[in-house]
Amino acid sequence: MDNHYCIYICGVGGQGIIKTSTIIGEAAMNQGLDVVMSEIHGMSQRGGSVSTELKIGGYNSSIIPNQAADMLLSFEPVETIRGLDKVNSETKIVYNTHPIIPSSTDKEYPSVDGITKTLKENFKHVLPIDGTRLAIEAGSVLSLNMVLLGAVTADDKFPLTKESVIDAMKNNLKPKFHEMNLKAIESGYQSIKG
Amino acid sequence: MNLKELVTGESGEKQFLLGNEAAVRGVIEAGVSIAATYPGTPSSEIGNVLSVLAKDANIYFEFSTNEKVAMEVAATAAASGLRSFTFMKHVGMNVAADSFMTTAYSGVTGGMVILSADDPSLFSSQNEQDTRNYARIANVPVLEPSNCQEVKDMVKYAFDLSEQFGLPVIVRTTTRVSHMRGVVEFGDVNDNSSNNDNHWKRGHFNKDPSKYVPVPAFAGDMHVRLWDKIKKIEGISNRSEFNHEINFSDERVYGLIASSSAYNYAHDIVKFNDLDINILKLGFSYPFPQDKVVEFLEDLDEVFIVEEVDPIIERDVLAAIGAKNLDVIVHGKLDGTFPLYHEFNSDIVAQGLDKVLNFNEKTTVTYSSSLEELQENIPSRAPVLCAGCPHRAMYYGINLAIEELGLKPEDVIFASDIGCYTLGINPPYNAADYLLSMGSSVGDGCGFSVSTDQKVASFIGDSTFFHSGVSPLINAVHNKHNFVLTVLDNRITAMTGGQPNPGIPVDGMGDEAPEVSIRKLALACGCDYVRVINPFNLEQVVKTYKEAFERNDTAVIISKAPCTLIKGLTKKPPVNFVEGNCNYCDKCVSELACPAISKVDGKITIDKAQCDGCNVCIQVCKYGALEAGR
Repeated sequence: MDNHYCIYICGVGGQGIIKTSTIIGEAAMNQGLDVVMSEIHGMSQRGGSVSTELKIGGYNSSIIPNQAADMLLSFEPVETIRGLDKVNSETKIVYNTHPIIPSSTDKEYPSVDGITKTLKENFKHVLPIDGTRLAIEAGSVLSLNMVLLGAVTADDKFPLTKESVIDAMKNNLKPKFHEMNLKAIESGYQSIKG
Repeated sequence: MNLKELVTGESGEKQFLLGNEAAVRGVIEAGVSIAATYPGTPSSEIGNVLSVLAKDANIYFEFSTNEKVAMEVAATAAASGLRSFTFMKHVGMNVAADSFMTTAYSGVTGGMVILSADDPSLFSSQNEQDTRNYARIANVPVLEPSNCQEVKDMVKYAFDLSEQFGLPVIVRTTTRVSHMRGVVEFGDVNDNSSNNDNHWKRGHFNKDPSKYVPVPAFAGDMHVRLWDKIKKIEGISNRSEFNHEINFSDERVYGLIASSSAYNYAHDIVKFNDLDINILKLGFSYPFPQDKVVEFLEDLDEVFIVEEVDPIIERDVLAAIGAKNLDVIVHGKLDGTFPLYHEFNSDIVAQGLDKVLNFNEKTTVTYSSSLEELQENIPSRAPVLCAGCPHRAMYYGINLAIEELGLKPEDVIFASDIGCYTLGINPPYNAADYLLSMGSSVGDGCGFSVSTDQKVASFIGDSTFFHSGVSPLINAVHNKHNFVLTVLDNRITAMTGGQPNPGIPVDGMGDEAPEVSIRKLALACGCDYVRVINPFNLEQVVKTYKEAFERNDTAVIISKAPCTLIKGLTKKPPVNFVEGNCNYCDKCVSELACPAISKVDGKITIDKAQCDGCNVCIQVCKYGALEAGR
């Protein structure tokens, strides 16, 4: 199925997940592709887990069936584990290695190296990136979502061009952040490609 | 996208819109003059966008005190010949229902559309009620969009239909439709230019008590007229392009009827699995298009009904099969093919179809034991009260007061309400024991105070108090009920994303507005004990609760401090941790449970980015290990 591509994006409220997804969706629309996206608002924010689902190419439903994501893009290590229902053996699993420790005290936060090791035992394409560090290097921790956006465009199967994603970014975010965002997108791209 | 595009965008232009944004474009294309709402997820973003765009779009927009008032504002606008729009979450329909039912009887002159957003799987609601039942109780048409383009198109069409038959029309969305984003092609905009000094058009109300005053002498005829309209509209729904077939098979053995978001899952499963099933999509589902459905059913052996929440279309299909004596087997919720509750998804629909068709090859995935162990042991990340939230300070303070009064937790019933503060249900606060609906904490206080010897502490937010808290407070005073009502006045309608309410000096279009005083309201209701306190002053909080609990009347405590999410507030410096003073009692972590305070490697850690400098933790620590930032 050409140009079919499903991305499950997850993380913690406030990390810029909805904006990242909207930018990809708008870029897909501008390239003439069918695209639908699902997002969660309301009670689920307030520091809770947040996810969006983005489906490019002829889908009516905006929800990705289990094991049907082409990419799992996670802004936080433990949220990667929570999103695994959506992945299969071919899914690219891209995640930021910087943890956000929840205030719940029910379970201890697992080691991030342990998460990476366990994921690599089970899946072919496990791509951890130190997105928070790259974002700080680009100018602000707030550009984390741009680093991860750059990482998405580096996947060979991703049906959109980096240029159209950058155009959509410029259409959605303030000009004064464009330079930093471009730097962040490029560093995310290189961290996968390079 | 710049939101202004929703006003200025020209016919043929495409935008990537949220379902709720698409609804706003539909309202603008329809040429609406008056819009009113009470915010409620999943419909809230419609109001947020309208409040920004109203003036550019020649629309009068207000956040009404509750959904019933919003319904009345819309009904009278439509009776005055203007196009009017009201929107709410599904449970808002319960509040609006009294006036809504009569609006169906009296009818409208200008088009009136009610968008009600259902919440299957209860992402942010107390129940899963199905708005389509209201269409049937009141006898008004219902449209069920499946995607963002349909949201826009159906909202616009609903106004034409409403005006043609003089009846309000419901557009029913679900969370997955309201919060879906998709490509929307714009249409033409109807002119709604102002005819006066205000930015919106004024209509004129032509008096006709036989049409608008449902005294018994007139209401009987109104009911007859209503049925007359609905019979005619059934002819329209039978021919509507919103009810159409999508054929995936030349054989007519299996069929599937679906609506709303459930249609999307069914469509994708049939399409991507090459199933020999033809689909009838129902977008205009009441009045039930029986002729259209019977025509679809006639040659079929078996039909699947795929709809979310109640088996409403399914019962209508069964009735049609009975009436026409057809020989078709129906698979839906009632025979257990699909679940009777919670939202669907592609996997659930596939499982249901598979029970009959056996097409799904089961693939079992096995992971290493270390991954399974990891999956079972990750910490939960539920929504929590924000760092610096004034509600946390109040909950901590009341629990301390209860302890100091020598009361046990089971001696005090916490009657909670709808808002962020419902999160007080979680430990360590345990401050929600009973909850029914918007404003119920006050009426519940009345009931518990006469039914038990327990103390009652009711908690309600500022916006919720204006919504439905005032009339039960009058009840409490007049009937001499004994409980402590806390109004958590955080100067905003917080949970739904920060809308204004009558307690702050701004209205829904950003203009200055008179501020209604909660304190004066409580005094006017006849409360003798009304205290306005600073929730971040722990000593004052504890002292006030101890006083209030000792009383034998309805005591009102107003906690007044702004929500930390309000934009433009000056951030106070974060708290410092003084390691040398810490005796590791963990009180700040375990009893205050602020997300900015955690224990990492045995040491208290303050997340400086999250800490809001509310300094409550400093008052909790007896050892001086936490000190105010500078």
